[in-house]
Amino acid sequence: MGYERQPDFGTPEVCADKLVSLTIDGRSVTVPAGTSVMRAAASSGGSIPSLCATDSVKAFGSCRMCLVEVDGMRGTPASCTTPVAEGMVVRTQTEKLARLRKGVMELYISDHPLDCLTCSANKDCELQDTAAEVGLRDVRYGYDGANHLGGKPDLSNPYFLFAPDKCIVCSRCVRACDEVQGTLALSVNGRGFASKIGAGQAADSFLSSECVSCGACVQACPTSALMEKSVKELGKPERAVITTCAYCGVGCTFRAELKGEQLVRMVPWKDGKANRGHSCVKGRFAWGYARHQDRITTPMIRDSVDEPWREVSWDEALAFTAARLGAIKAQYGPRALGGITSSRCTNEETFLVQKLVRAGFGSNNVDTCARVCHSPTGYGLSKTFGTSAGTQDFDSVMAADVVLVIGANPTDGHPVFASRLKRRLRQGARLIVIDPRRIDLVRSPHIEAAHHLALQPGTNVAVLTAMAHVIVTEGLTDEAFIRERCDWDEYQDWARFVAEERHSPEALEAVTRVPAADLRAAARLFATGGPGWSSDQRSRPNSAIYYGLGVTEHSQGSSTVMAIANLAMATGNIGRPGVGVNPLRGQNNVQGSCDMGSFPHELPGYRHVSGAAVREEFEADWGVAIDPEPGLRIPNMLDAAIDGSFRAIYIQGEDILQSDPNTHHVAAGLKAMDCVIVHDLFLNETANYAHVFLPGSTFLEKDGTFTNAERRIQLVRKVMEPANGKADWEVTQALANALGLAWNYSHPREIMDEIARLTPTFAGVSFDRLEAEGSLQWPVNAANPNGSPIMHADGFVRGKGKFIVTDYVPTDEKTGPRYPLLLTTGRVLSQYNVGAQTRRTANNVWHQEDLLEIHPLDAENRGIKGGDWVRLASRTGETTLRAEVTDRVAPGVVYTTFHHPATQANVVTTDYSDWATNCPEYKVTAVQVLPSNGPSEWQESYASWSEKSRRVAREPAE
Amino acid sequence: MDLERLTYMANQIARNLAPQGDAAIDLTCQHIRDFWDPRMKAAILTGDRSGLNPIARAAVERLEG
Repeated sequence: MGYERQPDFGTPEVCADKLVSLTIDGRSVTVPAGTSVMRAAASSGGSIPSLCATDSVKAFGSCRMCLVEVDGMRGTPASCTTPVAEGMVVRTQTEKLARLRKGVMELYISDHPLDCLTCSANKDCELQDTAAEVGLRDVRYGYDGANHLGGKPDLSNPYFLFAPDKCIVCSRCVRACDEVQGTLALSVNGRGFASKIGAGQAADSFLSSECVSCGACVQACPTSALMEKSVKELGKPERAVITTCAYCGVGCTFRAELKGEQLVRMVPWKDGKANRGHSCVKGRFAWGYARHQDRITTPMIRDSVDEPWREVSWDEALAFTAARLGAIKAQYGPRALGGITSSRCTNEETFLVQKLVRAGFGSNNVDTCARVCHSPTGYGLSKTFGTSAGTQDFDSVMAADVVLVIGANPTDGHPVFASRLKRRLRQGARLIVIDPRRIDLVRSPHIEAAHHLALQPGTNVAVLTAMAHVIVTEGLTDEAFIRERCDWDEYQDWARFVAEERHSPEALEAVTRVPAADLRAAARLFATGGPGWSSDQRSRPNSAIYYGLGVTEHSQGSSTVMAIANLAMATGNIGRPGVGVNPLRGQNNVQGSCDMGSFPHELPGYRHVSGAAVREEFEADWGVAIDPEPGLRIPNMLDAAIDGSFRAIYIQGEDILQSDPNTHHVAAGLKAMDCVIVHDLFLNETANYAHVFLPGSTFLEKDGTFTNAERRIQLVRKVMEPANGKADWEVTQALANALGLAWNYSHPREIMDEIARLTPTFAGVSFDRLEAEGSLQWPVNAANPNGSPIMHADGFVRGKGKFIVTDYVPTDEKTGPRYPLLLTTGRVLSQYNVGAQTRRTANNVWHQEDLLEIHPLDAENRGIKGGDWVRLASRTGETTLRAEVTDRVAPGVVYTTFHHPATQANVVTTDYSDWATNCPEYKVTAVQVLPSNGPSEWQESYASWSEKSRRVAREPAE
Repeated sequence: MDLERLTYMANQIARNLAPQGDAAIDLTCQHIRDFWDPRMKAAILTGDRSGLNPIARAAVERLEG
């Protein structure tokens, strides 16, 4: 498509069963009751001039441009604040209205710089358009009076500027910050003529204020007052391509707006069903890494990791790799080879990597970074419900009455979903937060959790079992639902178990450190909506559970997921909007990579490799025999490497050295291998141990699909040629062909056709349908031809819902005199995962280093002040970083992020993992924290090793 | 494969499946069958089982048979 602004209907869409018919300028229009006259006019092809209205925020009625005449009504009401009525006759273009509008416009323009030709919003400015629409030809007042011209712009935000002289104080930015983002960072300061938009307090700039740089204000601004710096620098885009963000699992869709192959800006797509026109600082602005100077665009090889890299041609790199892999396979057998698919790559690319491992290497040794994040979700939900995925779409939260957030920090990790959630909370939904830390959701402007259960890290199962105890023993279960939808005998076993006195909140308080009375109140709120809850339609509230890696990354991750599923079933909160079990997925395509058969025991569609019938389908399609035994998971691969039986690995788009626990162990495993192939954008930390580096491509450089946390499959579209010459699927195909596999896919759509052919839940998916419908939520098959926004609506996928008894088993990672504190880890809004992308953008202004959050009591005991260097040591290793003293963490608990390789937080995390899936226990490590003078020995030796192993020989080696 | 680690893993699976009562041994055995690579299974089958807890030990015996 070319570049044109996204349609704006002026006021938000109204959903109502009742329809109303009216006449606008002679046109008959029928719209839902409650719709504004402005929206009705816009949706029937008209356009009423306006400045303060935009359909992302509620009508405000301040600019007086959108006045209309309505038969039988006095005066000239504002069309944005006037709802339609049956039989209404509206005129939007009359002589009287033209005179009024021109008068208003004249006032606006008398205090606006007339530098349109050199303005960054030239030809993309609603003020300019409106002046044209009203036919303004002259400003009778002149330009000499008091005005707001010449104000200094605020350039503090790295991505956008605020130019007060271009501001018309329509307050759209303020309302977008309030209503869309929910941060409430902006306000109109002063009154009347002195009114001025301000961020934070009087002395603040945009950067120093609580602004989270989501871009909603920039999006809402009708002029160039709030404008992307990239547009100011590059000019107006000439074309736009709809694509899907490659950061978190929310899966926002964007319009990539370009000049040629130069990306000018990313603008959230209003029709995107995951994000509904909203964005966060990462997807909207942090795309500069795509053309960062650190990107490697030429293949490189070396015989041993002590040598510098040699830049070579693709042919030479692939021949070298194929020869090494072939030799290893010949000597040690196929099970010595494996691969890791990337949750940042497309479904099609992930599918090809697992196909390469299964059909080319000949083993099932394929895993993905879901191993270290949501593998327990797959296990737990498939056991209880029958599918390895969340049950709802994101829209569902707008129908929730009670929201339980456990082990997730949505405002940092899943910000665009968090904005939806906060909007629902401001409408009155109640919130329960279960988290060792006081995350922002617990208390932020206009949001306050009814209960924050600040549990001891590692006691999720105990807390959830105690909640179940309260619900069962106080008779708050939804027995009708359970009898109809679940296995009644299994329910009774479970109910007897949780009802035992040893599972009461009082009995478990010593372990969980959650006051029993709070826990009881939270359980009652979840089951009943709390005292006084009532609804005309329902006897029980819609209670929804949202969770993240604070649930899964524990030695009882899978048990916690099952405990969550039990709680949802026991209270009847499955199978309709507003309820459900909602895993917030970490990476953009972690759902997809799991769906695509990236686990060593499952073929695409979550079908176990031991099933002969399933294997036969793939064997017939691929023309090879498939190993019937499960393969190695990532931690098992590393163990087997040290053991000598696993010798080669192909890693696409993952940095296991930085992201996986116990860095020393990962390094030892990688070092023991004969052939480590890293396929990535940058020389990441893992590449320090690699023999082959295959340059990767960004999401902007390829076609394909991502699947978000809602199971929503969305197209990723190529907007520029790959800097490295090949999209990642082409690189995998070239490697497969170097191994003699003779693949000949010419476009990812052909790979999707193969996926659909071989995966029942994807049977109805094709690029053509995705093009036509925008997105599809799997399963898309004969039973659900249009996809499945809400799962288990008429019955569980597995038949009857299965209650599984989960008992609290304490982790073996214990505090003691030497390691008295518990470390838990997480992320911040501005950085993403190991930071490979975001650290290479201006997002560093918000977060330049990992900090250790420590409670004032613990800090004082150790003589630590904010900003001091501290040594963080566990039984596994130690690192140093700076301290931030805060009561967000409880005494006895410390917290840090893992975004920066200089810190290497995973040097201290342990080998303990989830019992069922080996998902690492990142969230609980016993540590000691002491003052320090500077970097640890490991940090120094690693820095020097890292520098050495990144050398590239400038001349071809002899 | 490091037997100590595999023993730990088997015991951990058994401990977490213990609440399933009579089914615990079968479930532990099935879990190992479904999720362990052949060399892991071989190592636990041929290795010293003295470190295994009763459920895990019975499960490994069942895996053998």
